[in-house]
Amino acid sequence: MAYVWDFDVVLAFTDFWLKGASITLAYAFGTIVGGLIIGVFAGMALLFESRKFPWLGPIVSAPIYGYVQVFRCTPLLVQIVWFYYALPVLWGAAMPAWLASGLGLMLYMGAFSSEIFRAGIMSIDKGQWQASRALGMTYSQMMRRIILPQASRRMVPPFVNQSILQLKNTSLLYVVAVPDLMYTGSIIVAETFRPLEVYTSVAIMYFCMLFPLQRFAARMEARRDI
Amino acid sequence: MTSNGNGKDVMIRITDLHKYFGDVQAVRGVSIDVNAGDVLFIIGPSGCGKSTTLRCINLLEHPTKGTIQVGDDSHTFGAGQSMPPGRVLARYRTRIGMVFQQFDLFPHMTAIENVMEGPITVLKKSNKEAEEIAADLLSKVGLSDKEDVYPTQLSGGQAQRVAIARALAMQPRVMLFDEVTSALDPELVSEVLQVMRELAGEGTTMVVVTHEMQFAREVADHVVMMDAGEFIEQGTADEIFDNPQNPRTQSFLARFHGAADIRGKAGAVLEKEA
Repeated sequence: MAYVWDFDVVLAFTDFWLKGASITLAYAFGTIVGGLIIGVFAGMALLFESRKFPWLGPIVSAPIYGYVQVFRCTPLLVQIVWFYYALPVLWGAAMPAWLASGLGLMLYMGAFSSEIFRAGIMSIDKGQWQASRALGMTYSQMMRRIILPQASRRMVPPFVNQSILQLKNTSLLYVVAVPDLMYTGSIIVAETFRPLEVYTSVAIMYFCMLFPLQRFAARMEARRDI
Repeated sequence: MTSNGNGKDVMIRITDLHKYFGDVQAVRGVSIDVNAGDVLFIIGPSGCGKSTTLRCINLLEHPTKGTIQVGDDSHTFGAGQSMPPGRVLARYRTRIGMVFQQFDLFPHMTAIENVMEGPITVLKKSNKEAEEIAADLLSKVGLSDKEDVYPTQLSGGQAQRVAIARALAMQPRVMLFDEVTSALDPELVSEVLQVMRELAGEGTTMVVVTHEMQFAREVADHVVMMDAGEFIEQGTADEIFDNPQNPRTQSFLARFHGAADIRGKAGAVLEKEA
């Protein structure tokens, strides 16, 4: 017997879908912005050097390096679960699911962003640094006028790619019962016993959010002319 | 400024300069005075330490030992002494122009913006004032028609002339040239040399590291031959090129003479056209 598709069960829950989608987008947006801010500061710390106090550089960068490696080398799912179930044991108080998962997502984005930021700055040709110095620029003038304007253009494509991954990763909110798109889908499946239509719809909704972003990223990479 | 015996002002004084890179000693105790308005050429084989010496003058390299004096600014280095603080270094470098082998123009700025950058950001001049300075200098190097062009669209010779204008915009007391024609196609060399020749004629104090022996002979007030980190011979252009005393200078220049004869004719033709 051929399967009879019935998308009416999906459409019946429009208000739930909208709420789920907006939570997904809110988490994606919030943790991407927060992660970028963390990434800029962490990236600066990774690059930090002091000519006057050479011992200061490693003291600043070592803990940040540790943070970045821990978050890059453990699965995001493990991080979210750890913040939600494990940290409260140490802390003595439960952490709400929205906070635990938001923290995990944000620190994860921050770790990857810091590497993008650091790599972008390091990619600027040595000649640009020496030419700026030879003109008599201070470090901050050189960064503001010469290095960052060039580096930031190179950082855009990897940042957009990482943001795409980040939006997809918000589906892991599911495990701590934050009602995002994925979790909403699972609830509706439990109500309707229609996993094929519902999870297909979930996939389509993620696709519709991400495809334009993907096209944008491809365009940015194509005009990486500077 | 310090005066020397002939009543001329000394613009640059290098005293017992040493530079190590790790265990490798690139510069081994060189000393020299450059008078205001003079053009000093440093010649010698690749890797002999001439670029390092040049880069020590504006402290792009941290001298291991010795004293560098430009105008009234003097910096002494020795046992473990660190570089001066960033702001002091930056101020020191504002009055020393430097041009590099790879031009190193800022690719996100047009030609005129490249030249305006120093006056605006470092000297805090107004946009209008900086634009006047930059337009003057670009016309001086023959690139008035390229003001709004980005560096990627300039030929090597044009880019290097913009780089010279960028350095001049800071009104430097001293200009340093680090093999500025080495990355250029041969037919583009003469346009850059022509600009340098004019600068020398105007009494700009210059230190030039180059492999263009013909040009050195023509423009230099003073030539030093460097080998293995030492100044092995110095004198006027005629003394060094016509009557070198040191056997290493003789063999170094002998390698150039054959090439220079061919190049000399071609170069003369090209420069007449330029």
